[in-house]
Amino acid sequence: MSAEDTRLRRWWSVTVATLAAVGALAALADAARAETGVVIERATGSVQLVDNAKRAPLARVEGLGDLSHASLVFSQDARHVFVFGRDGGLTKVDVAAARVVGRVVQAGNSIGGAISRDGRVVAVANYEPGGVKLFDAESLALLAEIPATYGAAGKRAKVVGIADAPGNRFVFSLFEAGEIWVADVTDPRQPKVTKLANVGREPYDALITPDGRHYIAGLFGEDGLALVDLANVGAGAQRILANYGRGGEKLPVYKMPHLRGWAVAQNYAFLPAIGRHEVLVVERSTWREVARIPVHGQPVFVMARPDGRQVWVNFAFPRNDTVQVLDVDRLALVETLKPGRTILHMEFSAGGEEVWVSARDDDRVVIYDTATFKRVAELAAKSPSGIFFEWRAKKIGM
Amino acid sequence: MQGVTVGVDRALAGAIGVLAAASLLAAEPVIPRQAELTHLVRQDCGSCHGMTLKGGLGPALTREALREKPAESLVVTVLYGRPGTAMPPWRDFVSEPEAAWIVKQLQEGTLSER
Repeated sequence: MSAEDTRLRRWWSVTVATLAAVGALAALADAARAETGVVIERATGSVQLVDNAKRAPLARVEGLGDLSHASLVFSQDARHVFVFGRDGGLTKVDVAAARVVGRVVQAGNSIGGAISRDGRVVAVANYEPGGVKLFDAESLALLAEIPATYGAAGKRAKVVGIADAPGNRFVFSLFEAGEIWVADVTDPRQPKVTKLANVGREPYDALITPDGRHYIAGLFGEDGLALVDLANVGAGAQRILANYGRGGEKLPVYKMPHLRGWAVAQNYAFLPAIGRHEVLVVERSTWREVARIPVHGQPVFVMARPDGRQVWVNFAFPRNDTVQVLDVDRLALVETLKPGRTILHMEFSAGGEEVWVSARDDDRVVIYDTATFKRVAELAAKSPSGIFFEWRAKKIGM
Repeated sequence: MQGVTVGVDRALAGAIGVLAAASLLAAEPVIPRQAELTHLVRQDCGSCHGMTLKGGLGPALTREALREKPAESLVVTVLYGRPGTAMPPWRDFVSEPEAAWIVKQLQEGTLSER
């Protein structure tokens, strides 16, 4: 063996060993990081970080203000979450370090937010003063403000149902105005806003389909929903299911349904019927109602399991101790569960094998196997509401 | 000194009498029920009005927002809702004296403190 050969061989073995070590380290880091989840603890202004796979608590982060109606979005790399508090607080939490790394109180009263598809802009939807504010995802510096001004008198509407859409756009609805706005934030200091008027009375929340194509706002002031084709915004909003309540008296609504979180499964969209104990099933190709499934109460969240074969539903006060499961193939109710007192939210694991359910008045999160409907674990949490897993980081509208 | 004490006693007795009469008239909910009602207001009214009652989709229910409003009409709003708005009737869940107690607490600002 020549000296050259020996040198080459040594170089090769060192390189291989180094690569192996790097690979092992990366695998370790991955395992250590696992799949992280964040549970909002609404009464204490804290969030609990959890290990989704181990079903174990990791850490608690405090000092997030009033989280009584809070939601969050993940940064694209899932390293950070942006938490939107009711008191107008926008808090950036480093999930790996389990600490607050930025916080601004940017309005008097907020309802939620979204992050742009390029991950650079965080948008917050505000009730007071009504409008949307855009922030730099890195620094939380204010980039632009979009006041939700409408009508001749120049009043400001409460903004609801904000979602991120392809093309670095945000879509949101104006409650009092009955309008849907689409803001292109490619240049976040100069957002370009397209306004759709007369979409229907009092849009109260909205969803975007998982492919980012359609935005659907629920209407409180009338039966039906407003649909916008985001590939053709210029065509305006189309009213769908305008007659779903015809001939029946609406029940009083003690809690507004939440449309965000997918209710799209296979070829259908599953939607809560406001003021009724029903889930409406709409065919996606025609946007026509194909079924109505009677359920335990007025639906709040109607969420599809990631594989689209089940839809899970929770309910408004006073019927909020129950969760029901619909089978998508049969369009039928298949299971009724009683996880605890005041069920506020549900979140599927990335593959949908498990669902985590928050039981606010029992101070716990209950975990179910979605195939067997067996309760597999429980986690203590203080007055838990929203649960958010990091798979959301890569998804449109989450 | 003696005279002053007697005066205070008499005033106190009078005040207690008035309070007793008032609570009899209003039939104040018993303490455990008050805790339930407080929970109901913060959590379930809070769905729309905010847990700290500073407003949400529904208007603020803070002392500042409500103190000028006539209590009777607020009690009617709680019990029967406001047709044409999102405010539902709560009469299936609270009695009239309970609604009156809630309105009184809201106007005094004792429920909005966390």
